[in-house]
Amino acid sequence: MDINISTFEQLHNVCISTNKPIYEIAQEVMATSEDISVNEVRSFALRSLFAMKEAINSGMRSDELSMSGMCGDDCAKLQKRFEKEHSMFGRLFENILEYALATSEENIRMGTIVACPTAGSCGILPAALIAVSREYGYSEEEQINALITAGEIGRIISIKVALAGAVAGCQAECGTASAMAAAAVCQLRGGNVRQILNASALALKNLLGLTCDPVAGLVEVPCVKRNPFLAVHSVTAVELALSGVESKIPIDEVIDSMAQTGALMSPMLKESSQAGLATTKTGLKIKDHVFGEK
Amino acid sequence: MKKSTLFDIISPVMAGPSSSHTAGAVRLGLLARNIYKKNPKKVVFKLYNSYAHTGKGHGTDKGLLAGILGLRVDDRRIKNIFDADIAKNIEYRFEYYDNFRRHPNAVDIELYGDYDMKICGDSVGAGEILITKINDFNVSLSGNYNTLILVYKDKPGVISSVTSHLQYANINIASLSCDRSAKGQDASMIICIDGNLKEDIVQNIEKMDDIYFVTYVEKLEN
Repeated sequence: MDINISTFEQLHNVCISTNKPIYEIAQEVMATSEDISVNEVRSFALRSLFAMKEAINSGMRSDELSMSGMCGDDCAKLQKRFEKEHSMFGRLFENILEYALATSEENIRMGTIVACPTAGSCGILPAALIAVSREYGYSEEEQINALITAGEIGRIISIKVALAGAVAGCQAECGTASAMAAAAVCQLRGGNVRQILNASALALKNLLGLTCDPVAGLVEVPCVKRNPFLAVHSVTAVELALSGVESKIPIDEVIDSMAQTGALMSPMLKESSQAGLATTKTGLKIKDHVFGEK
Repeated sequence: MKKSTLFDIISPVMAGPSSSHTAGAVRLGLLARNIYKKNPKKVVFKLYNSYAHTGKGHGTDKGLLAGILGLRVDDRRIKNIFDADIAKNIEYRFEYYDNFRRHPNAVDIELYGDYDMKICGDSVGAGEILITKINDFNVSLSGNYNTLILVYKDKPGVISSVTSHLQYANINIASLSCDRSAKGQDASMIICIDGNLKEDIVQNIEKMDDIYFVTYVEKLEN
């Protein structure tokens, strides 16, 4: 399919006029632009999906701390507790939290992860996609459909907003990841195009203004624990969207607002560790401790 | 400027924790290796600004060395590269600097061996990189294209002679940029191409008059 889709309105219209889901349009456009087959696009997605599962598996088995010593053993704590006492929301909720932490912790101990869209936000999409797929027994093909749907959401967001904390704050990284995760899960649960775009809009809207203020300049505090929070956040958006709840502001305009908010955000709160959590009394103390002997 | 594709969003598969400070560092090392073309005996890495300040916590040093040794961004050996067998036969050192004139994530890579070379680069975000200088010549290499780099005498006709060799090989030019030190003096040409350039084409260009230096740098895999 030889078309250039740069807004969600366009994507929506193409899906409606061709009567195709988002992933079909996305994989056909990608195949045409890279001069490869649709199967090759899907193989690429499968490789990422496989790496996401590997990261979860490795992360679930480790409690090794990062080089700074700040993070790395929280997933083990969750697993230990859930063995004895189940969470209030049941097994699926437990898996989402565990998978998100497992992936994020694997990232900070230099394990292999999929930057999706970024390394700091790498736990959000895989946790939601894979935990929901395991819970309901979705096939590998359905999981690839969901991942491609998510990728298309991220791609269109990235046209207007650079997906980098240094440019637009964490709303652009973890916010985008959450919008992607919402789209993936909504696709899995049988949502239509409108519901998928609403799920993404709802997820994103609730994260506008999120700053990037990492302690000691490392992708650890607050990044690691933000991943399980936002994986659950994505599922909330899906439940709303599948019930017919709509974002009053269309997703394209939500993204305009994210770009504007990112531009207005002080550089001190955009990955420079010059304000926010990074410069709290404790944040500075940790920084001294981590980089004290240079 | 190249827009992100679907693939960019759902990849790369990489060793964490940071696309700019870890994956970007590996890719800078890898592209430097592609430019140098041999295994260096000794490497000095000069890290600037954020690379110098938070590099250790992000494994930037490990990533740079791993790249020089030819490891890809998803290689599980990166984490323990200092103890890995492939790092036994190379001498290396890291130095740390502040320099506000340089990019926040900048590095100079000095390679010593059969010949010496200095390569400067920046990690510009999301794992994307830019090699900005090779020895004394300003360049702009992203590693996303197979690239031909030439240093030649600034005079009429050289550019078309070079590009006619590419045309003869049915190679499409994705982008071409030239720079010169002064009129009639040394000039540099950077040609990004689609597809692959065969060795004999490079050799033919090398034999041309007024061409001082030619090197072909292969693009990075991911």
